[in-house]
Amino acid sequence: MRVLRVAWLIARKDLAIERRSRIITNQVLPFAAVTMVIFGFALDANTDVLELVAPGLVWLATMFSLLLLVQRTFAVESDDGALDAMRVAGVDPRAIFVGKAIGLGIQLLVLEVVLLAAAVILYGETIRGSGVVLLVTTLISATCGLAAVGTLYGGLAAGSKGRETLLPLLTFPAVAPVLIGATRAVESALGTGAAELSEGWQWVSLLAVFAVAFGVGGALAFGPLIDE
Amino acid sequence: MSRSSESIDRSAAGATAVVELRDVVATLGRFPALSGATMRVERSEIVLLRGPNGAGKTTLLRLCAGLVPVVRGEAFVMGHDLSVDRERVRPLVGLLGHQNGLYADLTVAENVRFWGATVGASTAEVDAAMDRMGVADRLADVPVRKLSAGQKRRAALAGLVARRAQVWLLDEPHAGLDQTGRDELDATLQQAADAGATILVASHELDRAESLATRAIDVVAGQTSDGHLS
Repeated sequence: MRVLRVAWLIARKDLAIERRSRIITNQVLPFAAVTMVIFGFALDANTDVLELVAPGLVWLATMFSLLLLVQRTFAVESDDGALDAMRVAGVDPRAIFVGKAIGLGIQLLVLEVVLLAAAVILYGETIRGSGVVLLVTTLISATCGLAAVGTLYGGLAAGSKGRETLLPLLTFPAVAPVLIGATRAVESALGTGAAELSEGWQWVSLLAVFAVAFGVGGALAFGPLIDE
Repeated sequence: MSRSSESIDRSAAGATAVVELRDVVATLGRFPALSGATMRVERSEIVLLRGPNGAGKTTLLRLCAGLVPVVRGEAFVMGHDLSVDRERVRPLVGLLGHQNGLYADLTVAENVRFWGATVGASTAEVDAAMDRMGVADRLADVPVRKLSAGQKRRAALAGLVARRAQVWLLDEPHAGLDQTGRDELDATLQQAADAGATILVASHELDRAESLATRAIDVVAGQTSDGHLS
């Protein structure tokens, strides 16, 4: 119970810092939007192709932006030694992991909604009513997985030399299953390429298993990782 | 009664020293940072750790904070054995190194409240901590990024008080402070010791630190010896 209370405290603190610094609105969201526009240019603004690949592009832009968010969320901890201070203060590492993951997850969810809106506006994608539940479930389960992986590797890289290059190297291979699963599930939700709605739920199951595995594993491994 | 609860009772009764090291060996990687450190610090003492760069002062402080493992020897903080009980020691100590552990985008009050909340401190406790460190009034709602170095130190110390740290481990606390900041810090530390905190200070600024300390310990090549205050 105490772990959850402190985790929520850390998540609220992270969100307060982001609200105050406006890094997500002034830097991360514009970066994600520019990425979507550049994808459009790269595919020659061909609406048929863009509609077909839009789900994949949304998740690719999410992955790139994830790196910025993770680096930012751990920069606020390491800038003035706050992560060390939490270790010395005896704050449960599981609470730090869960708190940072919740804060990161909420920011990711906002980002994903904006990217989906960008796909509708820029690529002419349509969201059908029957796929909304699948779409929302996909966003939530994929976000949990991404937040867990990002927090785990962000904490690991935070104390390392060359963390800016180490983080993508660790994170991208680990989130590949989320990229695949979330793309397929969103395709089903949107009916892209005549994908069936029922197929999407199988991918959501994969996303849920991934989120639980990295969530539980990350919470257990986080303490030893940041203590090293 | 378990060994842990027994040790807490002994500490509370004043039967044990706040910090006690006996022939402690600690390494950083393969480098032997401490090679037989022995010292005893009682409640409310302000102890100055003196020594050249690389002598092991910072390692000694980090060992007392439970961040560096004991390789050999015996080490106790507040009655807890650092070899087996580091997790219990950590909430009791506060380590301030060259960084303050503050969030630049949050206000002083938000920072102190956060650190207090990690141990379940009440609003009254947090307010009292800020009041004691002189950051309760005009500084409370100022973002930390706008503070001077001395004000940041005081805000960080308020965080230590709010989270009920009883042993303060300070590494070069005067570094980067102007004359006013140093005077304020010394007054703050003296006040904390009077209120029952035990303070270990590693410093190169001997004139200032010696006037503050009640006792000195020399650290040379990872070994400790009793020093004399000039």
